[in-house]
Amino acid sequence: MSAIVDVKTLVIDGKEVSARAGQTILEVARENGIEIPTLCHLDGLGDVGACRLCVVEVKGNNKLFPACVTSVFEGMEVSTQSERLQKHRRTILELLFTERNHICSVCVSNGHCELQSLAQSQGLTHVRLPYRNPDLPVDASHERFTVDHNRCILCTRCVRVCAEVEGAHVWDVMGRGIDSMVISDLNDPWGESSCTRCGKCVQVCPTGALFDKSKVGSSHPKYPDFLPYLNMMREAK
Amino acid sequence: MTVEELDQIAESTRAEYAKYDHQINVCMGTGCLSQHSDQLKDALTKAAAGAGSNTFVRRTGCMGLCAAGPLVLVDPEETLYQHVKPEHAETVVASLGKAPIPELQCNLREHFDEQVHVVLENSGHIDPEKIDDYIARDGYQALVTALTEMKPVEVVQQITESGLRGRGGGGYPTGLKWSTVAKAVGDTKYVICNGDEGDPGAFMDRSVLESDPQRVIEGMAIAAYAVGASKGYVYVRAEYPLAVSRLNASLREARRRGLLGNNICNTPFNFDVEVRLGAGAFVCGEETALIASIEGKRGTPKPRPPYPAVSGLWSNPTLINNVETFANIAPIIRKGGQWFASIGSERSKGTKVFALTGKIKNTGLVEVPMGIKLRDIVEKIGGGVPDGRTFKAVQTGGPSGGCIPADMLDLGVSYDALMAAGSMMGSGGMIVMDDTSCMVNVARFFVEFCMTESCGKCIPCRAGTAQMYRLLTKICEGHATMDDLDLLVDLCGTVKETSLCGLGMTAPNPVLSTLKYFRNEYIDHIEHKKCTAGVCKIGNAEEVLA
Repeated sequence: MSAIVDVKTLVIDGKEVSARAGQTILEVARENGIEIPTLCHLDGLGDVGACRLCVVEVKGNNKLFPACVTSVFEGMEVSTQSERLQKHRRTILELLFTERNHICSVCVSNGHCELQSLAQSQGLTHVRLPYRNPDLPVDASHERFTVDHNRCILCTRCVRVCAEVEGAHVWDVMGRGIDSMVISDLNDPWGESSCTRCGKCVQVCPTGALFDKSKVGSSHPKYPDFLPYLNMMREAK
Repeated sequence: MTVEELDQIAESTRAEYAKYDHQINVCMGTGCLSQHSDQLKDALTKAAAGAGSNTFVRRTGCMGLCAAGPLVLVDPEETLYQHVKPEHAETVVASLGKAPIPELQCNLREHFDEQVHVVLENSGHIDPEKIDDYIARDGYQALVTALTEMKPVEVVQQITESGLRGRGGGGYPTGLKWSTVAKAVGDTKYVICNGDEGDPGAFMDRSVLESDPQRVIEGMAIAAYAVGASKGYVYVRAEYPLAVSRLNASLREARRRGLLGNNICNTPFNFDVEVRLGAGAFVCGEETALIASIEGKRGTPKPRPPYPAVSGLWSNPTLINNVETFANIAPIIRKGGQWFASIGSERSKGTKVFALTGKIKNTGLVEVPMGIKLRDIVEKIGGGVPDGRTFKAVQTGGPSGGCIPADMLDLGVSYDALMAAGSMMGSGGMIVMDDTSCMVNVARFFVEFCMTESCGKCIPCRAGTAQMYRLLTKICEGHATMDDLDLLVDLCGTVKETSLCGLGMTAPNPVLSTLKYFRNEYIDHIEHKKCTAGVCKIGNAEEVLA
């Protein structure tokens, strides 16, 4: 006997799609080959709706909805690529590029950085805003990894993977607003923290903020795809 | 506790006070205390005892007219004295029963006549830490009536009929919120009172908690009964030490009288309240961030839905209302929803407390019926702009609101009218500005506030407000171009439309509203390199340094 599945039908970018009740717009869109840009979202982690890149328009409502945390409803009409959304997405990316010191040419993630790829896919050719050029530290105290705060975009994937998957909760956020910083333990050097050295945070980091010391130059691809697999294997045991 | 017992306490308290020929009420709210009204009270008590007069000297909460403090109200004559110092004590006591002292008397009839007191009905008349004083003025009648004579659904119905809307700023219909929580499925439900007042220049909630804390507790208890909760939290800023200590004292009194605890009024209803202190983060006034803070987590907002009414504190259905909203509940239950709905305007019912500050003669706390013209608040109640200067704008809604210019002063105060004017009701801050205020600088001040108070979770608010602040600084310093202005407007749009919570969504309002009504000032700064109000230092480096 199978449970009754509540199916919703909706329209995303003119395409009629079906979904299970409780699914998010993002899940349904990706299942149907509709790409919505995201940064803080990662399959396998809880969503926080923080980067705002995945905002979409829902017909009948002037507000914008983050696709990663908005559930679908019957008859919903979603638009993911309007002029308005693209403009906002470019501005958000612009805000990220000017917030800290993102210099692709000297970054280990050059060529496989999610922020860089998004800038390309969203058509961000230049920034209009002034660079803030903050003075930020690099913590290389860990024997295997380094955290370069200049490249951090505060997506909190590292915080979430450490707390939700590894269960160590070494990472968290300190301070507020523009002064927010990702810290290990109570702002201790990473190398002296309670880190378990699992390296999950490095793999899920979308930029070059967290990287493996053994990878030099721009030869540091990351493999965050292990997460859904890991979750699946844990559930299956 | 039964209605009869309550009446008995009220009777005996009133009889106790009736023994005195005179009662001298001394304001001991934070404003008057800062001018040593505690010493004044001691001096008055001593003088009254020394003169052998049959007089009772009472500590009370705020009387509203903070600009004229310390204030003293003599009953039964209702003579109000202003700027009273300890050395005046003997004179005041000697004048009892005779003509009032002209030098000290406060004759601002117009200030008080235009006001309607519902939330502040007891402020300045009762000792905030004496529950019997509150009971003597019909306190807890509403709770006992609700528990013994009304079904929860009937309570919600009265609130819905009253048309009360959330006083924290958003204006969400209170009855609708209550019925949502009442219908939410869950064994454990919570009631939270949001006392994390953080708007610059706003002190309504502090004043209510300092002057009449029992009213808030009673409102919460009624709410808990209506929605089926048994535990409440008051989240109040640690920067309000007097409010916190009076609240704690009042909670003890209420427990002692059996109005909090188990089986209240011999019914199966249990309810108790705990105080939680905020550590000074403005964003914790946002309900999901406030809930996270109570849970002991970092105070950052979460995307809604799910709304707290469905999944709030520890994922249980939670009712969260502002201090002033809860302060309105008891009178609504006592006098009926229809009575409340008869005050105010079409879609905004009842009264609203405003903290009137800035370039205004009568700084202080005022309570006015909804729909009153801004002009009446500024000119009649506020006494107008001092020093013969010209009124320029009034800022409502704190950092989420906007500036309303002089030619719109005839606007009636309501949620919708203020929203349409590009501002908002907000929690009740009202800052009056004259021609010495530069509107670009005002916008910059509020954006700076939002920038430093942003929690940093979402990008538009975290980095967007910082960039907005930079652009505004550039304009204030006279280095900006018209392109910068376009960029600022563009940025405002993104921050407003894509931010995660209310803080970011409304952060551009001060910029957008000043741009709407005072665009010429922006142009003056950019094109003509001048600041008409003379606030911004524009010029070449030598001039600034000289």
